[in-house]
Amino acid sequence: MRTARAPWVLLGPACLAGAFALLPLGYLAVRSLERGPGFAWDVVTTEGTVLLLGRSLGLAAVVVSACLILGISLAWLTVRTALPGVRAWAVVATLPLAVPSYVAAFAWLSAVPDIAGFTGSAVSMTLVSYPYVYLPVAAALRGIDPAQEEVSRALGTGPVRTFLRITLPQLRPAAAGGGLLVALYVLSDFGAVSLMRYDTFTRGIYTSYRASFDRTPAAALSVVLVVMTVALVFLETRTRGRRGHARTGTGAARPAAPVPLGRLTIPALAWCGTVVAAAVVFPLATLAYWLAAGNSSTWDPAGLLNVAGVTLAVAAAGALLTSLLALPVGVVAARHRGRVPELLEQAAYAGHALPGITVALAMVFFAVRYANPLYQELPLLVCAYAVLFLPVAVAATRAAVLQSPPVLEDVARSLGRGPLRVLREVTVPLAAPGVAAGAALTFVVCMKELPATLLLRPTGMDTLATRLWTETGVGSYADAAPYAAALILLAAVPSYLLGRHR
Amino acid sequence: MRLPLARFTTTLALAALLLPLGACGIGQEAGLVIYSGRNEGLIKPLLDKLEKSVGTKVEVRYGASAELSAQLLEEGDKTKADLFLSQDAGALGALAKQGRLEKLPQPTLGKVAEKFRAGSGDWVGLSGRVRVLAYNPAQISKAPDSVRDLVKPEWKDKVGYAPTNASFQAFVTGMRVIDGDEATRAWLKGMKANGVKAFDDNLALLDGVNNGQVALGLINHYYWYEKVAEKGADKIAAKLHYLPGGDPGALINVAGVGVLKGSEHNAAALKAVDFLLSQEAQTYFTEETKEYPLAAGVKSTVPGLPALESLKAPEIDLGKLESLQETLAMLREAGMV
Repeated sequence: MRTARAPWVLLGPACLAGAFALLPLGYLAVRSLERGPGFAWDVVTTEGTVLLLGRSLGLAAVVVSACLILGISLAWLTVRTALPGVRAWAVVATLPLAVPSYVAAFAWLSAVPDIAGFTGSAVSMTLVSYPYVYLPVAAALRGIDPAQEEVSRALGTGPVRTFLRITLPQLRPAAAGGGLLVALYVLSDFGAVSLMRYDTFTRGIYTSYRASFDRTPAAALSVVLVVMTVALVFLETRTRGRRGHARTGTGAARPAAPVPLGRLTIPALAWCGTVVAAAVVFPLATLAYWLAAGNSSTWDPAGLLNVAGVTLAVAAAGALLTSLLALPVGVVAARHRGRVPELLEQAAYAGHALPGITVALAMVFFAVRYANPLYQELPLLVCAYAVLFLPVAVAATRAAVLQSPPVLEDVARSLGRGPLRVLREVTVPLAAPGVAAGAALTFVVCMKELPATLLLRPTGMDTLATRLWTETGVGSYADAAPYAAALILLAAVPSYLLGRHR
Repeated sequence: MRLPLARFTTTLALAALLLPLGACGIGQEAGLVIYSGRNEGLIKPLLDKLEKSVGTKVEVRYGASAELSAQLLEEGDKTKADLFLSQDAGALGALAKQGRLEKLPQPTLGKVAEKFRAGSGDWVGLSGRVRVLAYNPAQISKAPDSVRDLVKPEWKDKVGYAPTNASFQAFVTGMRVIDGDEATRAWLKGMKANGVKAFDDNLALLDGVNNGQVALGLINHYYWYEKVAEKGADKIAAKLHYLPGGDPGALINVAGVGVLKGSEHNAAALKAVDFLLSQEAQTYFTEETKEYPLAAGVKSTVPGLPALESLKAPEIDLGKLESLQETLAMLREAGMV
């Protein structure tokens, strides 16, 4: 771990990305203080606010814990054991990424109406977001050298203790990073909780917009979420420490010998089967039911194709910009210490816990004032995606850089290569798979994004998510089904590749 | 094994390059920009007619009324929008309060009864929706004549409602205006204690009344008429009861329209408002959404729908339905949302 100051080649673009991510904060400062700090303080300190915050944090705690259990257990089973059909499980386990939270919530509600409320919110959110933990943990499990575990076993430590004392600590950075993304996702999600009628902080912000048509209270409430985010990122930074678990070389580690499961095979299969059934098969079955309930007159294949094409292009541009912005931030966060890198990382996460509507309004605010020709044009929408999803890409990039040994960069520097060349010839190539995985993940979340897309899309343009919203808005679930199915199918492609990714 | 993902990333880059192609035909100079809080599936055919009638190209941005009104406020005088179609009076009221709406000409305002438009003349109602009780005659012989009765023991576990529905929330706000906060709070708590059942929306609630999950539901009138038009009256078990005597449960709410200040196409925008109040457009609301037409001289053609004048709605100023914040706090306190 180096303490040297990051080179300007990295720091410059990273600061640019950070500043970009801080746009919503600037907006919130303007809006929440519009009527003086006293007004904002009164909004924030009402009893209701505290209650809602408690509910949000409670939900986040439950969902993060459940995601850690699901994600780590599935990752271990699919990477380290002789589970029958292990390759297929590895792929299927990532597919829930493709299911938008509102679709999952709808599926559960239509099947089990009584699940509404906390339980329903927790179940539907856990099942769509555990891959955020599963993916990095599976990657870490593949990356760590089994030698340490073997030594521990050879010294007579049991398998469980070895896992807890040797394996788990090495997985901690990956699991904590994934857990953080899940926590922020829960804090900012509106779709699932609104369908489940569970009042969380974000739902409070939405109702505040809807109820008073007044932006000031909503902005004041959003500031609380930003404070929460910074606190969570800070905590996560503290838990992971700054130690990487790099090996020398990238492909030299011997893969661990698969653990035979023996009598545990059946329970393990049942466990994977249950999770996959609940997270993938069940929402798909609900969709199939809608599709069957629809009639041919509602089918518009040409329109669907067109909308799917637009969705692909916009999400791809969003993923590309986000990954580019995330690269310097991720490298700095992985390789350098000190106040600046920490602040940068916190800045990158700032927008992620905010409700989409808040980020969207921030973009509206700045665009109409300072980039009016771009307002309601595609570049602005793509920028909004970058602000919203920067952390997803930063987390992937940072983890990938941490897994490649810094000594190689040092060697390159000592041979007289400049920082930019080292970045291009050593750091990026070594981290490339991780960065690509981050891009694929960002691509999926961009496709599912709704609130910011609704506000910022060019007038008359539609994505699959906005069509879905329109159709369900008039209660025509049968008409919505093709769009939901197309969205899940498209999002399943990168999810599938992420699952196969070794 | 790294190949597929690398290839995928390359594809991603190529797909991003297609962006300008996908955006073809978007962003051309529009004649009239409408922000619509009313759903596309519902309103698009009418806006196509509007385009023909006004004779300019129309661009529509669809969203939720509240979000669009926040967006319009954020855009301020730089907005590209000329017209705001809102699902409820509240969002229009918010824009009017900030001075973002143009006062409409008297002849236009004159087409609609005073209680269905802004006192300031900033916006005008286009269609009316009435709160009603849908009940299942197989379970109860008669619906009560006041929502206030629903907290009585005889209605225990028999009533359904749609807590997240804006019209339900507007009804509760109306009740606060009529009966006062204390009485409304007590009523909500009484409903909760009486085992009132929550449904996702009015449609789900009406289905619940039809299949006997609940005996009675608080809904907007047009959902029932739409169901009947779709399935046939003999297939629908539920019946409607219009509450008498200015009961809070008989509130009439409106969807309306306003013209943005500084609209570049002011003349076209005003023409569009007049079109929306024309016989053709008002009949469309009647036939397609089963709402009440609000323009003078247009009669509803929905079979079995009581005349708007015959309804005994509570006499309240729709502008007062803004204090939704307190309503939501109250609903939360009663454990209803």
